[in-house]
Amino acid sequence: MSFRQALESDKFLVTAEIGPGKGTDTGVLLEDASILKDRVDAINVTDMQSSVMRLGSLAVCHLLTDMGIDPVLQVTCRDRNRLALQADLLSAWVLGIRNVLALTGDHPTLGDHPQTKPVFDLDAVSLLEVIGKLNGGADMVGNELKGATDFLPGAVVNPGADTEAALDLQIIKMEKKMEAGARFFQTQAIYDLDLFEKFMRRVEGYKTKILGGVILLKSAGMARFMNKNVAGVFVPEYLIKEMTETKDKVKTSIEIAARLVKGTKDLCHGVHIMAIGWEKRVPHVLDEAGL
Amino acid sequence: MIIATQKDLAEIKRMVAPYKKVLIVGCGMCMTFCSAGGPDEVARLAENLATDREGLTVEKGMIPRQCSDKFIDRLEEKIRDYEAVLSMACGNGVQAVARRFPDKRVLPALNTQFIGIEQEPGVWAEMCMACGDCILGRTAGVCPVTRCAKGLLNGPCGGSQEGKCEVSKDRPCAWQEIYHGLKRLGLLDYLRGETQIKGWAVHPGRIIREELKAKEG
Repeated sequence: MSFRQALESDKFLVTAEIGPGKGTDTGVLLEDASILKDRVDAINVTDMQSSVMRLGSLAVCHLLTDMGIDPVLQVTCRDRNRLALQADLLSAWVLGIRNVLALTGDHPTLGDHPQTKPVFDLDAVSLLEVIGKLNGGADMVGNELKGATDFLPGAVVNPGADTEAALDLQIIKMEKKMEAGARFFQTQAIYDLDLFEKFMRRVEGYKTKILGGVILLKSAGMARFMNKNVAGVFVPEYLIKEMTETKDKVKTSIEIAARLVKGTKDLCHGVHIMAIGWEKRVPHVLDEAGL
Repeated sequence: MIIATQKDLAEIKRMVAPYKKVLIVGCGMCMTFCSAGGPDEVARLAENLATDREGLTVEKGMIPRQCSDKFIDRLEEKIRDYEAVLSMACGNGVQAVARRFPDKRVLPALNTQFIGIEQEPGVWAEMCMACGDCILGRTAGVCPVTRCAKGLLNGPCGGSQEGKCEVSKDRPCAWQEIYHGLKRLGLLDYLRGETQIKGWAVHPGRIIREELKAKEG
């Protein structure tokens, strides 16, 4: 079943992500992908996450299609102008990629080439509209294409946006993304199911599918780091305590993640698991969550 | 106004190293207001250069604006004796002087930073990027092209923390400021408008207004 077919069915969706490394070695990356292959509906490939220069998402997505995996191409607007974005989308289609996650992108100052020129010629909303135009057989200025695309477009939303203004703005933007064609949303990582439930109530009835994000905690230190540096992610103190006191970090990490995955089952349409290096443990999380 | 900061003294010294006589020229407009190229700064730089190298002759000059031939012309006599001119104007002024005196080595003592305002003594913030298509009427007077680090036009990214921009905690998220402004004005609907995509102006820009051009004959 393709991701699109899974999305159009009633099943609880499960997606995971892999992040290409800095270089041309793809051994471990593809190993992780093959372990995830039969347990998830799609695998996202990140686009230079945190603005650190890495192997590109497009190439890796193509390698995944060769393995019989349905990838989700993550495309940010940080590095490419409207010409390059349209060209890369056509290229992705030609290379067998069928799903796209449209993102604005982290600012370059967060990464290891902080002085690079930020592009942001489009943003997630306008990129989704452009995908819609290409799907309709024309480029964004109206020229007819010799061969169109038919992408399944998705977007992101941050339910943990930490001020009233920020959350209102996230929801308004989510609505814009839906109007622009987004058929699914993968959220930033959730650690507080009550907070997530409040968010889901605000978007009740929205005609889209939402996959709650879950990030595997590797340590208490990682939790504290994310609390300080990652917007919208808040790991509550009691989980940090669990990770501090455990004698088996991996076991506890998997337990916590499984609990969160189970929690999302009651609240939304799917789960998106970001393992950040612990991809080989995702099947255990799914086992424990009963998926 | 235009805000600039002085280059590192070491860099300025390297620039004037080949010359025995240097004329420092300040600017009486923006560079005086942002304390980068006014009379005080000209005097201080003159002293620093003179005490640094024996045998270097430094002269001080000042004109109301370095971006206008009307005022640059006033340098005509003084400049005759100098091969090198250290301009303490913004990039606009440096180029105007270089154009007016093409046989002189016109050197920039400042780094021009942005169009901005003084928020408090000693603190300046960038406000306008001269993008050529002003939308301030739709954003409660807060410019997202300039003050959103990513220049987003359709709402914020997900990177803000406690109302501050992903890039730096000393910068507010422009879109949250726009939100508060529009809310105060009862115009939150503006946030739900048509998707905006910027049409970038071609640089270098040039504007011609026929009705203001000199009449023939």
